[in-house]
Amino acid sequence: MSLLDYFKTTKPNSAKLAKERLRILVAHERSARNQPSYLPELQKELLKVIQKYIQIDLNDVSVTFDSDDEQETLELNIVLPEQPQS
Amino acid sequence: MARIIVVTSGKGGVGKTTTSAAIAMGLAKKGHKTAVIDFDVGLRNLDLILGCERRVVYDFVNVINDEATLNQALIRDKRCKQLYILPASQTRYKDALTKEGVGKILEELSKTFKYIVCDSPAGIERGANLAMYFADDAFVITNPEIASVRDSDRMLGILSSKSKRAENGDEPINEYLLLSRYDPKRVKLGEMLSVEDVQDILSLHLLGVIPESQSVLNASNSGTPVILDEDSNAGQAYADIVARYLGEDKPHRFIDEDKKGLFGRLFRSK
Repeated sequence: MSLLDYFKTTKPNSAKLAKERLRILVAHERSARNQPSYLPELQKELLKVIQKYIQIDLNDVSVTFDSDDEQETLELNIVLPEQPQS
Repeated sequence: MARIIVVTSGKGGVGKTTTSAAIAMGLAKKGHKTAVIDFDVGLRNLDLILGCERRVVYDFVNVINDEATLNQALIRDKRCKQLYILPASQTRYKDALTKEGVGKILEELSKTFKYIVCDSPAGIERGANLAMYFADDAFVITNPEIASVRDSDRMLGILSSKSKRAENGDEPINEYLLLSRYDPKRVKLGEMLSVEDVQDILSLHLLGVIPESQSVLNASNSGTPVILDEDSNAGQAYADIVARYLGEDKPHRFIDEDKKGLFGRLFRSK
């Protein structure tokens, strides 16, 4: 490496990359941490009930839990099949 | 009533035992009667760091099982009469610790001690859970490195949900950040997470930064808590941490690069 190269080198900033990765990961893990442990069970049982009437599978039922200082929200989302069942 | 401090991190090898030994010695040197307990049953090392490994007769598990009294198991430090060590058992496993047993010992110690420092094992198993369960304050040791920061965040989640204070709905544990093995040179080069980066992620109150230092290895080699090496920057960093914890106002040090060297002096405008 010549002396000129030494001055030209722009060092890759790996710390910045680490921080960005951490920020995303930690936010994700924190939201998962606050979820009540009954969610997967709830999702399965809901699926069973709905399947009595409509043909859907597990991926069509999503249950998410959110909380902030003021309130907790349980969101239930069911995707219905495009063709109504006879 | 004693104040119970847990020294924790989740990840191993970040400096929990070094820190436990240093702050326990620091509190004792300030005149407070302090006990430091090794919760790493089966892998005890606090005795080595404090240089009392040959004086261990009875241990934590013996006291829990009523095979020895607390006074028989406590080892009084030879350098500072206010410091006592309760070693972990080396021949048992972590499930030898029970919540009732640990609670009973902490309660008994609380009658005569001012501070009780709990040196947590790595991981999130029983030893670590019991070390933090009864805590009033948590010292979260973190290295400026992604795995360590992530594990610290995980520990924070456990502290806020699985502790006695959390279960009883009491005031939460006070959580403090201790950033260790910090290298300002590498931070400046963009190779290491900075203090601000780590604080941004963890949003914790910073109690102090401990610089990467050769004195830490020298101290453990000789069984002397590094805080007694008053000339070393790591020793001074721990002394600052103890002072800040006790409410003294000490500006943070060791965050910026040392302003030494001819080149630095010539080109620094100051």
